[in-house]
Amino acid sequence: MREFICITCPTGCHLTVEGSGDEAKVSGNECKRGEAFARAELTCPTRTICSTVRTAFGHAPMLPVRTDREVPKDCIPAVMRLIANVLVKEPIACGETVIPLDPVCEGTLIATSNLLVR
Amino acid sequence: MSVQCGVCVIGGGPAGLAAAIAAEKEGAKVVLIEREARLGGILKQCVHDGFGLVRFGEKLAGPEYAERYLDLLKKTTVHVMLHTFVDNIRPHAMGWHLTVVTSEGMRHIIASAIVLATGCRERTARQVAIHGTRPAGLITAGAAQYYTNILGQLPGRRCVILGSGDIGLIMARRLTLEGAQVLGVYEAKPVPSGLPRNIAQCLNDFGIPLHLSKTVTQVFGSERLEAVEIAEVGSNMQPVNSVRERVACDALILSVGLIPENELAETLGVELHPVTKGPLCDQNGMTNVPGVFSCGNAAHVNDLVDYVSESGESAGRAAARYAAKERAYLDIVPDSSFLYAFPQRVDVTELGEKTVLFFRSRDECDRTRVIVKQNGRELFKKTYRKLRPPEMERVAVPITAVGPVTLEMEVLS
Ligand SMILES: Cc1cc2nc3c(=O)[nH]c(=O)nc-3n(C[C@H](O)[C@H](O)[C@H](O)COP(=O)(O)OP(=O)(O)OC[C@H]3O[C@@H](n4cnc5c(N)ncnc54)[C@H](O)[C@@H]3O)c2cc1C
Ligand code: SF4
Repeated sequence: MREFICITCPTGCHLTVEGSGDEAKVSGNECKRGEAFARAELTCPTRTICSTVRTAFGHAPMLPVRTDREVPKDCIPAVMRLIANVLVKEPIACGETVIPLDPVCEGTLIATSNLLVR
Repeated sequence: MSVQCGVCVIGGGPAGLAAAIAAEKEGAKVVLIEREARLGGILKQCVHDGFGLVRFGEKLAGPEYAERYLDLLKKTTVHVMLHTFVDNIRPHAMGWHLTVVTSEGMRHIIASAIVLATGCRERTARQVAIHGTRPAGLITAGAAQYYTNILGQLPGRRCVILGSGDIGLIMARRLTLEGAQVLGVYEAKPVPSGLPRNIAQCLNDFGIPLHLSKTVTQVFGSERLEAVEIAEVGSNMQPVNSVRERVACDALILSVGLIPENELAETLGVELHPVTKGPLCDQNGMTNVPGVFSCGNAAHVNDLVDYVSESGESAGRAAARYAAKERAYLDIVPDSSFLYAFPQRVDVTELGEKTVLFFRSRDECDRTRVIVKQNGRELFKKTYRKLRPPEMERVAVPITAVGPVTLEMEVLS
């Protein structure tokens, strides 16, 4: 038996998984997303990474960013190393790509603020 | 020089943004005042995701959620005053006279109604009992978040976090991602005060230990923090003398609670609630002072920004329609198993089909039924698998004008 806390929504259901693989039975979830979350935790847990990148703009030294999708948890350190090397010189808008993540995993890093364009 | 308006909103965080947009939509001329250089409030520094699930059905980062409202604001004619601080507010024949300080000097605003959306502030080291000097390196979690996310400067390399509030948990993860070492989160109470999902994704994901029933009793270091003393806390909530250890660190981050910001409200004679520390409000956020409304974290500390926006909207709408009239109130009375219920009363002359109530339980309880009654008659009931004080619950109840409303809790086996 394994236990997880579903992080999909603020309810934070306490999930219990009995058995493994396709046989695994999930309980404690208030909705279907909880079951999907528990299955992913067993096989390949994923997370959205949120952070900031440095900019060349004096009024806004840091630009908030996130991965455009959930990426495998194992990739977090490598994605953070990519993030640490970014210096934004263009006024990137909210939702626009900062860098692709492809040296590490699928997806892109996107800006989450219009700090540089407003 | 003076500006006249129907509604003056003070504070440009998510509550104030929603209030300003809603008030204009309702037909009012609106002025929005913000002391900082940018709108967005605390969301500007909340770069983590988890915002907007209720409103937009998406997991947005804090700044992204703010952008949604800034886009809506752009389409309005709301008069936004940045870098503007409210100096004082006095009664006026037309409602209220606000004296504000802007970068160009003093200005005057005459408004029929005021919406207070000033957010909350953090409890600081002065409000918790820690002995010793006050070297550099003692910092609140919100300030640590500001340094890290807005300025790009780490507050420390070896951090201890005191208090298991959500901001502390979020910062534990954030500092770890940025390469700092977070030695542990210490919580004096036997239960964490943050959301379970934040314990899971901020601490457990990164192997950061959570120490319950432990607190910091002393700090060491002259210029820079060098170490803290940790003590076990007994069941009487007092540190146990015999069990103490010293932990070397260069930052102590405090996440020991938030208090609604109501300095301005108090100068207006607004009555505050002893538990929420925010104004006593009706369902539209109107305080005991007619024409003065409160919303968001200024009214009571919320854990979900989606509800903050909702409260801003209803306060903004009501402020726009505000007119002096005879009003009648019913009290909302939660039994002693609740920490509080919000609003504290309903104005029966403003009743809608359903009235939104928020509550927190006093203690953690498993399977519990919450029953809302009016005049002894059941209006609403819902069974919760778990109720925890850090998690605010929202219910919509068909309250009518007939009599007092009570909230009761029944623990099921
Ligand atoms: C660190 C942290 C993490 C959070 N995480 C989440 C999360 O993951 N998910 C979620 O849904 N919610 C989260 N929340 C909750 C949510 O973000 C807040 O409840 C919400 O931002 C509060 O909005 P507000 O408008 O009431 O206050 P604020 O955002 O604090 O805005 C208040 C504004 O008023 C201005 N102001 C104050 N006094 C004056 C004055 N006298 N004159 C002029 N202007 C003034 C301030 O400068 C500020 O801009 C979090 C909150 C914090 C603090
Ligand atoms: S199971 Fe559903 S309701 Fe429960 S936390 Fe996960 S997403 Fe939310």
